[in-house]
Amino acid sequence: MAADARTLKQLVLGRKDVQDLSDIEQELPPDLMTVNMGPSHPAMHGTVRIVLTVDGEKIIKGDVQPGYLHRCFEKEAEHATYTQVFPYTDRLNYVSPMINNCGWAMAVEKLMGLTTKIPRRAEYIRVIVSEMSRITDHLTCVGASAMELGAFTPFLYLLKSREWMYELLEKVSGARLTHSYVRVGGVSQDLPENFGPELTQVLDRTAEVMVECQDLLNNNKIFHDRMAGIGAITREDAIRTGCVGPIARAAGVDYDVRRDFPYSVYPELEFDVPLGTTGDCYDRYLIRLEELKQSMRILRQCLVQIPEGPIMSDDHRVALPPKAATYNTIESMIRHFKHIMDGVRVPAGEAYSFVEGGNGELGFFIVADGTGRPYKAYCRSPSFVHLSTAEMLFKDHFIADVVPIFGMINMIGGECDK
Amino acid sequence: MSQKVLDALMAAMPGAVVRTGSAHGDETAWIKRDELVAVARWLRDDPKTLFDAPVFCTCTDWIDWKPQGRPPSEAWNETKPRYTVAYQLRSVTHKHRIRLEVEVPESDARCPSLADVWPAFNWQERETFDMYGIRFDGHPDLRRIYLYEEFVGYPLRKDYPKEKRQPLVRRDDLNLNPIKAPHAGEHK
Repeated sequence: MAADARTLKQLVLGRKDVQDLSDIEQELPPDLMTVNMGPSHPAMHGTVRIVLTVDGEKIIKGDVQPGYLHRCFEKEAEHATYTQVFPYTDRLNYVSPMINNCGWAMAVEKLMGLTTKIPRRAEYIRVIVSEMSRITDHLTCVGASAMELGAFTPFLYLLKSREWMYELLEKVSGARLTHSYVRVGGVSQDLPENFGPELTQVLDRTAEVMVECQDLLNNNKIFHDRMAGIGAITREDAIRTGCVGPIARAAGVDYDVRRDFPYSVYPELEFDVPLGTTGDCYDRYLIRLEELKQSMRILRQCLVQIPEGPIMSDDHRVALPPKAATYNTIESMIRHFKHIMDGVRVPAGEAYSFVEGGNGELGFFIVADGTGRPYKAYCRSPSFVHLSTAEMLFKDHFIADVVPIFGMINMIGGECDK
Repeated sequence: MSQKVLDALMAAMPGAVVRTGSAHGDETAWIKRDELVAVARWLRDDPKTLFDAPVFCTCTDWIDWKPQGRPPSEAWNETKPRYTVAYQLRSVTHKHRIRLEVEVPESDARCPSLADVWPAFNWQERETFDMYGIRFDGHPDLRRIYLYEEFVGYPLRKDYPKEKRQPLVRRDDLNLNPIKAPHAGEHK
């Protein structure tokens, strides 16, 4: 009778009872399984595909496949004038476009021998907008990572704060996200009226938001358990794999372009380079928080030290003639036309110039052939290098750990895929 | 600053270096293709140089090179190598940099891989292969990275038209999924 009942149940439910299974059948299948994460997945910022080979929940291999956001930055740059490349650089790391703008401008200036001839006010403005961009970058990274781990409130707090920064950058450049603000030889326009007090106010409010965020996250058991000890990288591995920026510093690599290869007016500014010890996700989070504070410190110093003066180099190779002259004299009209149509003429040669981006060393390698368009433009994107370490970081972790590791790598699709 | 590095390199391996330069402050050494791996290992391990951190790897296609304001002899012609592969290195300890450049002829577009010396070049060489079609000898996993395997040609070569479109057409005969049977055997 009992056997009949079991047979009936098996017929209805299509499965056996546990006691009917043989020993082998009770075990989980020993084969490895392939799981696709992405390209469309809420935690895969932008779009990236990860083909995970899992043993149960444990990751044996994670093959990361970028490229879904490839927009041919380098090919497009070869066909655009040096100034026309600025909008493309906005779309590389679209969370901190100002730093990309500065990086590109500095690379072109290096080839033209203009590096030391940029007006000081322009240099200070560049540093101000770069540090504001670094703040938006870190706020996004920390906020998004917290949200992916289920902490939705810090995300809203931090994005609120990021919006204040964007509003201010919009006043500076005219665009909320795609600024295209920096020019070869300076910046396109001066800071708006009342910028200093507004920035000070935004910094004060952002500092409050950060205290709220730290209160919510730092000692939060769930957050700590999901971040601490996850995705750790040793100092040696971080160096060998080319890691830079917050990831390398979390692993104890004492390297910051702003301090070690100083550019612009960074030598005149005082700031600390925070270092981690364990190199895990929690350290990366703490490093980013500390860098936010240091960026604010730099900004406050800049507001005090920024001099009055021109915002564009007066070198005729890069500066447009004044509008009044353009409309009233034929020589200036022609010069204006040639400047816009042919572009800034850069003498033949090749150079690599780099800045400290939101994620670390962001560099541009340009080969110039004497015309107004780059012969070759290569972008050394930190996201791409960091993503290449992801496979190593995923190994022997669980599928759920992919989310915090990936979040703290802070891969920006536009920058990684170029 | 790092002229010292070029001097040390010239002293240790004079036979491997074709020429050196330091335009715009970027120390650059042109290396013979066959000697690249030996030079790279020496630069990484010697205490004077200690280039432990890789920065980038890329390639330049010189086929359209006609620099303005320079004598015509500098323009590219068939007798000159078509590609240059560039490796930028950095030292964490000494805080100096160097760029190694290797000339690669069109007829034999190959370059020794440095992925074994610095793991960061694994992906960067894949990118260079993807965009320029340079084959890196000894690379552990040389496949396209940004583009799909069905893509024909190498888009950053100068003779690839910018306007060309290549819609993705799936081909099942290529057996592309890298995660298939081979890894099942690794599991113990």
